[in-house]
Amino acid sequence: MQIYLPIAEISLNVFLLLGIGGAVGFLSGMFGVGGGFLLTPILIFIGVPPAIAVATQANQVVGSSVSGVLAHWSRDNVDFKMGFVLLAGGFIGSTVGVVVFGLLRRIGQIDLVINLAYVILLTAIGALMLFESLRAILRLRRRAAPHKLHQHTWIHGLPLKMRFRRSRLYISALLPLTLGFLIGVLAAIMGVGGAFLMVPAMIYLLGMPTRIVVGTSLFQTIFVTANVTFLQAVQNQTVDVILAFVLLVGGVIGAQVGGRVGARLPAEQLRVLMAVLVLGLGIRLSYELVATPPDLYSIVIRGSGE
Amino acid sequence: MTGWRRWRRAACLALLLTCISATARGQQLPLIADASNYRVNITTGFTGTDVVYFGAKSGPGDIVVVVRGPNFNYSVRRKQRVAGIWINTDKVSFGDVPSFYAVASSSPLDELLPRNLRMQQGIGLDTFSLPTLGKERETDIDAFRAALLRIKQQAGLYESEVGKVKILSDWLFSTKVHFPANVPTGAYTVAVMLVRDHDVVGAQTVQLVVSKSGADATVFEMAHIQSAAYGLVAIVGALLAGWAAHLVFRMF
Repeated sequence: MQIYLPIAEISLNVFLLLGIGGAVGFLSGMFGVGGGFLLTPILIFIGVPPAIAVATQANQVVGSSVSGVLAHWSRDNVDFKMGFVLLAGGFIGSTVGVVVFGLLRRIGQIDLVINLAYVILLTAIGALMLFESLRAILRLRRRAAPHKLHQHTWIHGLPLKMRFRRSRLYISALLPLTLGFLIGVLAAIMGVGGAFLMVPAMIYLLGMPTRIVVGTSLFQTIFVTANVTFLQAVQNQTVDVILAFVLLVGGVIGAQVGGRVGARLPAEQLRVLMAVLVLGLGIRLSYELVATPPDLYSIVIRGSGE
Repeated sequence: MTGWRRWRRAACLALLLTCISATARGQQLPLIADASNYRVNITTGFTGTDVVYFGAKSGPGDIVVVVRGPNFNYSVRRKQRVAGIWINTDKVSFGDVPSFYAVASSSPLDELLPRNLRMQQGIGLDTFSLPTLGKERETDIDAFRAALLRIKQQAGLYESEVGKVKILSDWLFSTKVHFPANVPTGAYTVAVMLVRDHDVVGAQTVQLVVSKSGADATVFEMAHIQSAAYGLVAIVGALLAGWAAHLVFRMF
């Protein structure tokens, strides 16, 4: 059954879209990642214009983060104060990001920048995950030496110190602000929630307890991606609500199933698989950039969609 | 085509024939033409559609049908390899480019009409002048012009078909024009011409409107006209969907 997407202006099979949403949701539920960084490249492969894939993806992340954060909230795993500081940075970052996005679109380079950003991101994440999970598998056999929990570095000398009771931290507000800003820019240009960067940064850079990291990250993701959705809709008219909704339906169902299945499977071996998949996607995308395109020319109506 | 439409088309034809024979006695009409549809609606399940143009002509001659979509300005970009990566580097913009163009005829166009007349009337893909918008930096503008025509043809938006107009019993004609799934929206004009002795001796224009309809039209219009409200609806919809999913899955 074909479904016409009014903003993307193409017809796609609705079951294909549900399947993609479901499969990415399944993986994200299983591995506890957002999945946005998988969904956007797949949407681009099936013919959705990159600019529309990114903006629509941001809208979809709003929905999938809500169902996630509610689950964490009921377990009291959200540091709202930290969330709001991250959010302040995220708002500025995503606003700057959407403006840059519109600028790149006008000069005809947005597709290239989105592609490049994904190549760098997927290859880096894939390689890191592969490395981490292989090391973890080895570590299961050899017990690692315990390391110091808190290390004092220049980071702790920054001004504007703030107390985050829930996270048991007393750190400079500049840190979460900057982190939020960077993730906001990513959210605008790539349409991702940014958990894959946010979560490790919160654990290793800010030193937050692992238990409340995911809930807090999801909490700020809702507002940052909502901001991106709004600004993209107003400035670039690139949000396709029909596409977002179909993906969301597939995604939330897939995530629930994935979460349940993932709990019963050997986590580390699965991570290797996931890493290989992400790496493969990154390599596929970089091939796209380097290979001679079938047509060197492309056309666009002036003034609308440049 | 549904039975009803077929019936309506037959009824139209019958009516036409009566008209023609009636008017033929009074003043001589060179041709009379009509369409199976005046409207193409792009709905959720839209995968392209055909519109039949048909009619009757008085006396000998060939029929040419020209379908023209609304004009736009187009930018053509060309990629070049920069540091190993293909990047859009050059751009040329053209003005007044038809977003859709189809020509069908009962004989090859260059046999029917002299070139200058075709140029003047815009009959045939080879008559497009495609002027650039302002001064352009690039020197090989013809390559960009050719690319524009080629891409439009590949997308099924520029068609030129000889022999597609069928003439039955010397005075009835019909042709089917295909509008693909990616057909641009707007007001179209369809010119049906009777050509005799290398000249256009009669012409009639039929209007056609291509528009999004139903829920898709609402979504599209809202996104472009009330962008802020659209953005808010998108966010609230996603929030509600996420919340609903949370409620549903808490039951398991």
